Amino acid sequence: MDYAANLAMTLPELVLAVGAIALMLVAAWGGPASTKAVSWVSVAVLGGALIALTGPASAGGDAFYGLYRADAFAAFAKVLIYIGASVAILMAPDFFRRTAGADLRPEYPVLILLSACGMGMMVSAGDLLTLYVGLELQSLAAYVLASFMRQDTRSAEAGLKYFVLGALASGILLYGISLVYGFTGSTMFDEIAGAYAAAPLTGSGRSLGLLFGLVFVFAGLAFKISAVPFHMWTPDVYEGAPTPVTAFFASAPKVAAIALAVRVAIEAMGPAEVQWRQIVIFASLASILLGAVAAIGQQNVKRLLAYSSINNVGFALIGLAAGTPEGVASVMTYMTIYLAMTLGSFLVVLQMRDADGQPIETIDSLAGLSRTRPGLAAALAIFMFSLAGIPPLFGFYAKFAVFYAAVQAGLFPLAVVGVVFSVIGAYYYLRLVKTMYFDEPTGTFGAGDKLEGGLIAVAAVFVSPLGYLAIPALSAWTLAAANSLF
Amino acid sequence: MSFPILSLMLAVPAVAAIACLFLSAPAARVTALAATLIDLALGVVLWTSFDVGGAQWQFVEYAPLFGRFGWALGIDGYALLLIVLSVFLMPICIGASWQAIERRVPEYMAAFLFTEVLMIGTFAAQDLFLFYIFFEAGLIPMFLIIGIWGGANRIYASYKFFLYTLLGSLLMFIAMLYMSITAGTTSIPVLLNYDFPASVQTWLWLAFFASFAVKMPMWPVHTWLPDAHVQAPTAGSVILAGVLLKLGGYGFLRFSLPMFPEASASLVWLVFGLSAVAVIYTSLVALVQSDMKKLIAYSSVAHMAIVTIGLFAFNAQGIEGAMMVMLGHGLVSGALFLCVGVIYDRLHTREISRYGGLAINMPRYAILFLLFTMASIGLPGTSNFVGELLSLMGTYQVSTTIALLCTTGIILGAGYMLYLYRRVVFGEIKSEEVRQMSDLTPRELWLLVPIAAAVLWMGVYPESFLAPMRKDTQILLARIDRAKPAGDSLPTKGTGIVPAAHAETSAHGSAH
Repeated sequence: MDYAANLAMTLPELVLAVGAIALMLVAAWGGPASTKAVSWVSVAVLGGALIALTGPASAGGDAFYGLYRADAFAAFAKVLIYIGASVAILMAPDFFRRTAGADLRPEYPVLILLSACGMGMMVSAGDLLTLYVGLELQSLAAYVLASFMRQDTRSAEAGLKYFVLGALASGILLYGISLVYGFTGSTMFDEIAGAYAAAPLTGSGRSLGLLFGLVFVFAGLAFKISAVPFHMWTPDVYEGAPTPVTAFFASAPKVAAIALAVRVAIEAMGPAEVQWRQIVIFASLASILLGAVAAIGQQNVKRLLAYSSINNVGFALIGLAAGTPEGVASVMTYMTIYLAMTLGSFLVVLQMRDADGQPIETIDSLAGLSRTRPGLAAALAIFMFSLAGIPPLFGFYAKFAVFYAAVQAGLFPLAVVGVVFSVIGAYYYLRLVKTMYFDEPTGTFGAGDKLEGGLIAVAAVFVSPLGYLAIPALSAWTLAAANSLF
Repeated sequence: MSFPILSLMLAVPAVAAIACLFLSAPAARVTALAATLIDLALGVVLWTSFDVGGAQWQFVEYAPLFGRFGWALGIDGYALLLIVLSVFLMPICIGASWQAIERRVPEYMAAFLFTEVLMIGTFAAQDLFLFYIFFEAGLIPMFLIIGIWGGANRIYASYKFFLYTLLGSLLMFIAMLYMSITAGTTSIPVLLNYDFPASVQTWLWLAFFASFAVKMPMWPVHTWLPDAHVQAPTAGSVILAGVLLKLGGYGFLRFSLPMFPEASASLVWLVFGLSAVAVIYTSLVALVQSDMKKLIAYSSVAHMAIVTIGLFAFNAQGIEGAMMVMLGHGLVSGALFLCVGVIYDRLHTREISRYGGLAINMPRYAILFLLFTMASIGLPGTSNFVGELLSLMGTYQVSTTIALLCTTGIILGAGYMLYLYRRVVFGEIKSEEVRQMSDLTPRELWLLVPIAAAVLWMGVYPESFLAPMRKDTQILLARIDRAKPAGDSLPTKGTGIVPAAHAETSAHGSAH
């Protein structure tokens, strides 16, 4: 395969990388005045990367001797990642303009572009080293983004906390990678899968090295998707980071990390399915339970959404536990709908500002929102009922898909325990609805931004029952993506 | 494909609900009333054009819109009657809220119209998951109705209502996933004739039972109902008692019995046991209530227990009787909640002890209230008599003990209803504020008289209501007959023929 064909397959990452570097130069020379232009060009670059996906990048096969995979699965995940990244750029200017003591700098969109490039590498990885490089590129950009409001100590704390714990997780992951490499003799997914298939994994003669490697790799990945018991950083980082950055963390990197976990589980460690399934099931149920129970006492809406994201990752993992093409397709379906619900919720959180435009984050401040801002309250109620998985909202279909896959794979206890825990989760989503609709208004929020209002409306319509009309297209697409892994 | 009347019945209130959100309060009231009346007219068209004794499924619509499941609608006799009940009660609910609801009227009307969409959808759905979506989605508007427009303790009641019913339904959801994967279809008519292995049936039955028993509600998971009723606004109570409680019974009839006949038969003892406890226990609890709405709520639980025993009697009387109780109870308890609403609007209390002597200054009210009280007791000539008699007759064939225990419910029912009526309507007027209360307004008459007429119609000529479901009952019985439990009230076998009589008969025989 010639070099040009390899480059054509990696075109989306090339577009993002070249775009980010060029914009970084613009930012260096243009200074803060160039912020607006850089933001819009960044969105255009993401759009360009999206267009680049239509070429060989979505169906080219292996590039660079198997280091990089350009398949339908990666393409699907990248579409979601680019959408999440674009929205995170679009929602930032208004927030930073209004918030005292914080100003948007042109580095913000550039960092998001670099992060998106890293996420693209993650989901396209065909080798543990590509995986690690992509992960680090994404994470390093994210650490800086978390502490973007330099005057705010909470933001600085979030960045530092994220960095320290992220470094620890990377260490665990690398340790796992080195064990896997040591015992399989390769970092290529295909060869690792061959080694797992050949080695004994059960009984007294089982290969402990391979099993330990698997456990460490999954522990590292669990940190990145913030699954219990590696979730501790999430509430603090989500609360401390500027809201647009939090929305970004909860959307694009989450999709990338889940997609990466799916790819490693299926492609590299597929033969050890029985072994990793135990880990996935535990992480899944623990995340659902903890995400639900810990959210009940929260007073800060961003913290609440952090626990909600932990809870949702748990549900997505149910699909992975099935380990079938339908299961993988259901994970991607889940993440698609999750992306709309999460971005929508955070866009509503962005509208929570007092009369001076300063952000408010307490749940109590939402009291009576249905009287003061009926449209906004209705949108948030739609997102909350949808996150709770109540039909007829589209969030129900997300849960439908993963539970369908689990039942199809015969995992009845997992499905039953999962739905029972989801009732606990419904309680705190209802609490937000109750605050908005049942309580008396205490104050009103400042007027919102038109662009953000439009994005909220788009997300709300997608999550509303109208979203069901997208099911045939979505199932065909996710199934095609999933089949490219098997 | 014929004219999609069911989709139209869903579309009219749905469009009106969205329109209401953008209208002023008076315009929203009119829009809601117009939409519900159009749906009532469509319901009448549906009933008159329903071919009694014709195809099992009529007005069938199908569009494979959602990938794994489709937009499949269609009704049989049971669904027809329950849809007609829903569209009949809906305009009455809107009328009952005309003045009682002053705050946030557009949202209130929208919530009611959405409830109507979801109820009709639940009864008309022919796809397992479409049914589930409609069934479960009903929680959202009801949660808002109780929570926003309810009484003092509304938030507790709304949470309890939501979480209780959600937990039950989710177990059913997993069972539905299993069924659709195993049978390879989500079509309810196909699944009705699919035989699951007996061991699996028990688990599936229990999962469905978890959902329907809560909706029904059966003892001991009925505790959400009194709270929800007491806190809900009048129209909310009407729709809750009138239609939402029927979802449980409809579920048993549509899913549990025909899809899992063996499991239904082997678990009859569970249903009967819980129902017998419910009838006696909740009737006694109703007897000591001091809150009118709570009293009627507990009486609902008792009546619903008569429904469940009838359904699981495995014979035509029982099943048709259960359906008649559902319809009758929908009308009567709805009307009783309206009666409570009428005096609540005047005095703003539901405490029975505050009233008394209403027959003196509210004679028209006293007459209508008396009619509904008698209907609730099951007096011959009213709707509930037909249903309760049939249901208990059916039960008697299976278990005399349970029939005996449940019949005490009728006596106890007479006790608590007459006791209620005596305290509220008879006696001397106790306070000046009660004396000030005016009799029914024309609007209130328009709400109560149609229900009174329907109650008498059902009591005097039940054939109109029995005819549409007769064929469906035959189909259902043909399906479940193989699992029918042995009854304990069959005629006992004689000990042999007396020789003398025998000789006489043989003499007769030879003479011929």
